Amino acid sequence: MNGFPWITLLTLVPLSGALLILLVAGKNRNAARALAAATGAAALAVTILLWHGFDAATGALQFQERYAWIPALGVDYHVAIDGLGLLALLLSAIVALMSIAASWDTREHGRLYFALVLFLEAGLFGTFTALNFIHWFFFWELSLIPAFFLIRLWGGSQRARAANQFFVYTMVGSVALLLAFLALYLATGKFDFIDLAQMARSGQLIPELARNLSWHHRTGEQTAWWLFWLAFLGFAVKIPIIPFHTWLPSTYAEAPSSTTMLLTGAMSKMGLYGLLRILLPIFPAQMQRALTLLLWLAVASVVLSALAAWAQTDMKRMFAYSSINHLGYCVLGIFAAARWTGGSLATEKAAALDGVYLQIFNHAVMAAAIFWFVALLEKRSGGLRGLNDFGGLRKIAPVFCGLMGIAVFSALGLPGLNGFPGEFLIFKGAFPLATWAAVLSGIGLLVTAIFLLQLLERVFFGPVNERWRTMPDLSLGERLAVFPAIALMLVLGFYPQIIVGTVNSTVVQLVTQLKPLPPGF
Amino acid sequence: MLAWTIYISFLGALVLVLIPKANAGAARVVALLTAIAGFAIAVAGACRYTPGALITVVRVAWIPSLGIEYHLAADGISLTLLLLTGVVAIAGVLFSWNVERRSAEFFELYLVLIGAVYGVFLSFDLFLLFVFYELAIIPKYFLIAIWGSTRREYAAMKLALYSFAGSAMVLIGVIAAFVEAGGRTMNLVELARYPFPAHFQMWAFPLVFVGFAILAGLWPFHTWAPTGHVAAPTAASMLLAGVVMKLGAYGCLRVAMMLFPRGLDPWGLHVLGFGSWRDLFAVLALTGIVYGASVALVQRDFKFVIGYSSVSHMGFVLLGLMTLSQIGVSGAVLQMFSHGVIAGLLFAVAGRMVYDRTHTRDLRELGPMRLAKVIPFAAVTFVIAAMASVGLPGFSGFVAEFEILVGAWRAFPTLAILAGVGILIGIAFAWRAMDKVFFGDAPVAAARLDCPRISLAERLGAAILIGATLAVGVYPRLLLDLIIPALNSPLFDGLRKGAWR
Repeated sequence: MNGFPWITLLTLVPLSGALLILLVAGKNRNAARALAAATGAAALAVTILLWHGFDAATGALQFQERYAWIPALGVDYHVAIDGLGLLALLLSAIVALMSIAASWDTREHGRLYFALVLFLEAGLFGTFTALNFIHWFFFWELSLIPAFFLIRLWGGSQRARAANQFFVYTMVGSVALLLAFLALYLATGKFDFIDLAQMARSGQLIPELARNLSWHHRTGEQTAWWLFWLAFLGFAVKIPIIPFHTWLPSTYAEAPSSTTMLLTGAMSKMGLYGLLRILLPIFPAQMQRALTLLLWLAVASVVLSALAAWAQTDMKRMFAYSSINHLGYCVLGIFAAARWTGGSLATEKAAALDGVYLQIFNHAVMAAAIFWFVALLEKRSGGLRGLNDFGGLRKIAPVFCGLMGIAVFSALGLPGLNGFPGEFLIFKGAFPLATWAAVLSGIGLLVTAIFLLQLLERVFFGPVNERWRTMPDLSLGERLAVFPAIALMLVLGFYPQIIVGTVNSTVVQLVTQLKPLPPGF
Repeated sequence: MLAWTIYISFLGALVLVLIPKANAGAARVVALLTAIAGFAIAVAGACRYTPGALITVVRVAWIPSLGIEYHLAADGISLTLLLLTGVVAIAGVLFSWNVERRSAEFFELYLVLIGAVYGVFLSFDLFLLFVFYELAIIPKYFLIAIWGSTRREYAAMKLALYSFAGSAMVLIGVIAAFVEAGGRTMNLVELARYPFPAHFQMWAFPLVFVGFAILAGLWPFHTWAPTGHVAAPTAASMLLAGVVMKLGAYGCLRVAMMLFPRGLDPWGLHVLGFGSWRDLFAVLALTGIVYGASVALVQRDFKFVIGYSSVSHMGFVLLGLMTLSQIGVSGAVLQMFSHGVIAGLLFAVAGRMVYDRTHTRDLRELGPMRLAKVIPFAAVTFVIAAMASVGLPGFSGFVAEFEILVGAWRAFPTLAILAGVGILIGIAFAWRAMDKVFFGDAPVAAARLDCPRISLAERLGAAILIGATLAVGVYPRLLLDLIIPALNSPLFDGLRKGAWR
């Protein structure tokens, strides 16, 4: 499979699909959605081809393409994937296809809606494959703009406020990232993530910063410290990590549910991807220095968001906070693995990171599925989604409740479903690496179980709410559409090796590279 | 062959004088064909150009006793601006398709302006450059005074007075340089080689630089720009912001900086913290960036928002020039192109697509009209233009502003950070305008505005400008491969010997 520009092709698929929809579909909504689905399926097919051709035995970058793009700025067109990139591509393609399917019967989602979803997918593909900052940043922003308009134009009653809040927060994060990388470029003349990580490993980065960025007489360490926090801010807003999360609940709640699927399923992974691909390799020493604070932030993300979710009565808001909670485990795993152990505890680090990767993928499928079910419920209830608006749905719509129950139990981390192995591995790795943080985060698991069970009890069980007596159960089409997602959850729950086997070499390589630290520590 | 960009524009104007006045359709077709021909010639010239060379197009004696020649030539920088002029000229005609009143005269003046602009960019004789530069002022005045809107006489007069004041400063500098160099030649190539004494350059540089920079919207001499842009008819706003402001910036680089590079050297003493003209102008440029963006943020008039945004974006050009580095100056030239295209697009939306239909530019009145539903094409175009204007990656503005910031960081770190703040304010005003004009929240019962649909001409014009900014944004080497070799050519030897990094 080598030699052919597979990754470029992959990015072009949704991009050309979007343009095709805008040019061809006209007022014909059926044509638009069919084109969107075909494009989404084609993109998924290409990612599966990539997976097929991927050599899981090595952690090296594969399918590499590199051409000079803007020589004046040292910008290359440089794309490649390792296990992490492949995983992110797979989940983006799956979530995008699920999102398109969830909008299938939503009449107001017309041609522009589907085109924007595909633009967003292109942005995701680009972000997960680009290895040069400028090129990467282009796609990072490309995904932000369609997301803004998806919320702004099709959201709920508070959509203007939510979209603006989302935009401002993520834009501030983007500017922080831009500044950090501009400074790195000025110091080193490089934009390439791999080159920068190499410089950080060999200890060249700090002297270069000291020599070329002696602004107001700061030492190289101090400059690196500031740059680390700038870049951290960019990713922390995107994931989000508490306290940078305040944009999230209203955004997830106001966005149409099919868009929320993309936001939580795929876009939040951009932040985690950034932590793993960029922050950890380029600023390992700074991360080590900030570790206690970072672990507290991770614990806060896990625990506070679970408590906040418990207090919600709106399902979408509840699952929004629950998303912060689930991604908080990933953050915990990453920070725990960042601890400098002088070469020991490598197995634990690998376990934690394997868990993180697994959780990234599982959360994408699970969160997208849950918001899909919320969308199906909203469609039947005319937009109602409060915990107290329903009751006894189990008797009225057993298939719906059964399938959504699987997704909710997966979120709860029930063994046998896909939520379990990721969280298990993260805790297994984090306990020896950051014991107190892991113990405190355990509270999050407990609270999650409480509020999710409460949700099931109030919505599915209890006395039947007469208002919904005639609510239809899932139609055959809907059953067929959600079936693959549910099947995936079951399969991954029983056999997580599919994912772990793909990413393990990448994880091992990352752990090996984290071993040496620049002088000063 | 490049000289035909000038001739064909003037020929087109001449044809328009000859055809019957009542025939508006013929007038715009002639104007369009002329603009396309000019652009085609510029493209052909750029394709056949060897990077770094200076191609002499015509060189004949004109006033031999004064050493004045009719000398047209082009390097990569000229070509970049010729391409810009061509693109904006075509789009401008397309966005003037609905001009009915005295349309033949409108397009005559329009084509004369275009021809004069081509002339400035191609002149390599200082006197000739000055002639074309003055020639451009006259059609500008009439375009605004006759076809303009809000306070058009005032705006036209203000523009003309500022332009003439700037020209007067330039003229003094030009004559002084001519005399100082022995009174034998006005040839730019030879003058660039002539070692003017340092003390002479020290006063000639600021004089000529400010003279040209007035037209580039240098703060605090920018006040003609917003009023002029607002009063002008759409096509004239597009040319004014898109191309005419570039005449000023081009003059700053081609005449002031190329001939008097030592004027940028340190004075040897500090006055109010400024150590050289370079420091002073960099701070003025930065003030323009932040001030223009801040004022744009609070305007109620749609066109004023865009008028002030031009001041802000042209501040980047001037800041880039003052960085005195290959990366900063090439960024400045790229920004000239980029801003030309983007400002053209923004004015096309504000002036043609929105104002001609709604007859208001008040943001508070536009909001309730729900224009995103009524004219979705305008909304989409404005969103794209706003994204390009704030410098999102993928659009030409990103590469240009990024290069300027990199250059500025090396030369003046504090200013670079403040310029970054200017970019943030820029995001805010573009976004505010977008939100207020197109996505305002309307009372449910508001009547749907009844207005003509977006015409094919408008669609084509928008597509051309968007295509230009995207092409350069995605593949900046299209222009950077012209610009950077030009900056490394012998013409700029003097500049590169100084503080150049």
